[in-house]
Amino acid sequence: MAKLVILGAGIAGHTAALHAHRKLRGRHELVVVTPNRKWNWIPSNIWVGVGFMGVDDVTFDLAPVYRKLGIPLYQARATTLYPEGSDDQPLPHVEISYTDPERAGQTEKLTYDYLINATGPKLNFAATPGLGPAGHSHSVCTFDHAAETFSRLEACIQRMERGERQTLVVGTGHGTCTCQGAAFEYLFNVEYLLQRRGVRDRADLVWISNEMELGDFGMGGMHIKRGGYITHSRIFAESLYTERGVRWITKAGVKEVQDGHFHYETLDGQSHEQAFDFAMLLPPFSGTGLSAINRRGENITATVFAPNGFMKVDADYSGKPYEQWDPGDWPETYQNPDYPNLFAVGIAFAPPHAISKPAQSAKGTPIFPTPPRTGMPSGVMARQVALNIADLMTGKAEQPTRKSSMARMGAACIASAGAGMLRGSAVSMTVYPIIPDFKTYPDTGRSLRYTSGEIGLAGHWIKYLLHFGFLYKAKANPLWQVIPE
Amino acid sequence: MSTRDPYEQSYYPPVPTRLVRWMRTNWLWQFVRFLILNAKMLRMVRKH
Repeated sequence: MAKLVILGAGIAGHTAALHAHRKLRGRHELVVVTPNRKWNWIPSNIWVGVGFMGVDDVTFDLAPVYRKLGIPLYQARATTLYPEGSDDQPLPHVEISYTDPERAGQTEKLTYDYLINATGPKLNFAATPGLGPAGHSHSVCTFDHAAETFSRLEACIQRMERGERQTLVVGTGHGTCTCQGAAFEYLFNVEYLLQRRGVRDRADLVWISNEMELGDFGMGGMHIKRGGYITHSRIFAESLYTERGVRWITKAGVKEVQDGHFHYETLDGQSHEQAFDFAMLLPPFSGTGLSAINRRGENITATVFAPNGFMKVDADYSGKPYEQWDPGDWPETYQNPDYPNLFAVGIAFAPPHAISKPAQSAKGTPIFPTPPRTGMPSGVMARQVALNIADLMTGKAEQPTRKSSMARMGAACIASAGAGMLRGSAVSMTVYPIIPDFKTYPDTGRSLRYTSGEIGLAGHWIKYLLHFGFLYKAKANPLWQVIPE
Repeated sequence: MSTRDPYEQSYYPPVPTRLVRWMRTNWLWQFVRFLILNAKMLRMVRKH
């Protein structure tokens, strides 16, 4: 009986666990390690941040689901990988440190035959002094951050109701952030809430981002056919920001957040200051800090992981310049090149490079989005990796056979622009492929047939239905597998 | 939208007409879009 250990039970890790369980049930051992007690449907955190939903609406306890499935669940944080084993344990293993209150701080070594790293990101607030809930800005990256952010927003709205004018800033809190889409959603949900509360005219809304232009979303934006033209998403984004009265600052990297104002640098090397009464600024991501040790006790973290802490997989990490980027640079099987029984999915795998063209300020500060790899792509690659490993464990294959490169994968994304069943809206986008392929699509890098975007109430209905659909699936309720990733 | 401030950010982008904004929240039209958008997303799912 072989053993698969999955590190992380977020969207990628939990999806991998469900599919691996479906394939391996009873025949091989499956173990899941996660530092969190709850599963969180992260795309709905923006609705917690505006009070449309509560924390209980976007989370559930993992333990009962794993009990139902019969999968051992360790509430612990993985700290060190021993892919070659160690003197006291010759089998490959991972050291974990319990976060379960009953065993907090205790450590244990878990052996494995195969391991999926789906640990997600570390929210690297420390990259920008003063950034984050422990500093002077807010976040919607976790459900508790989002709940706290809503309480601060509510206080801000109450000041506006008393007649005060407020400046609200939403965006990215560092020059190399990703997930601009989440900040975009939060911005327009705040704007919608202010309208509903009748205080919109007392708010100055400001967007700040490390994108070159609006509508980039960390993937160079996208071109779609509309009204007889092939038009870039920048035009549609600028239209929406203008319609909703939001001022925007792009090409900006926040350098330091202080009480009531922050400093930022723009690509031209100029330094600026922006005052705020409320700021929701996303942090950059890094790996969770897993280290790796070989059989001789040597630290091989730099071999297994990229400098940003994400795990190396079957991608091209040669650091080639933008002009030489190729869709083939992106991983297909998410298998570590040095240790074939190690895999990384979701945010935990190290992308070979950005998707948006990199840029540095005149002072040398990198100011460009790092590539998004959350949501639908994250779930799809987790499923494919889990099925590949199941085939390896059951002897159906000797190598991973399913490939799920983001260069041959599409994504459907619903970006909420106001949470209301009758008056709300969302931007509905489909993109194919996620990584531009200028060999196949020489003009825009993507298929104009499969790449689309529009805004309307229907998008909100879909996002709302997806919320319940994915929670149903994550709870492993009957027929969960018919709901796609 | 105001064009009182020429050459500012909000001066240039296209903005939707009242009809377009009404269509964005018209339940009947949005139900049709709902069906079409779901079909588009399912088409994307099938490509994986």
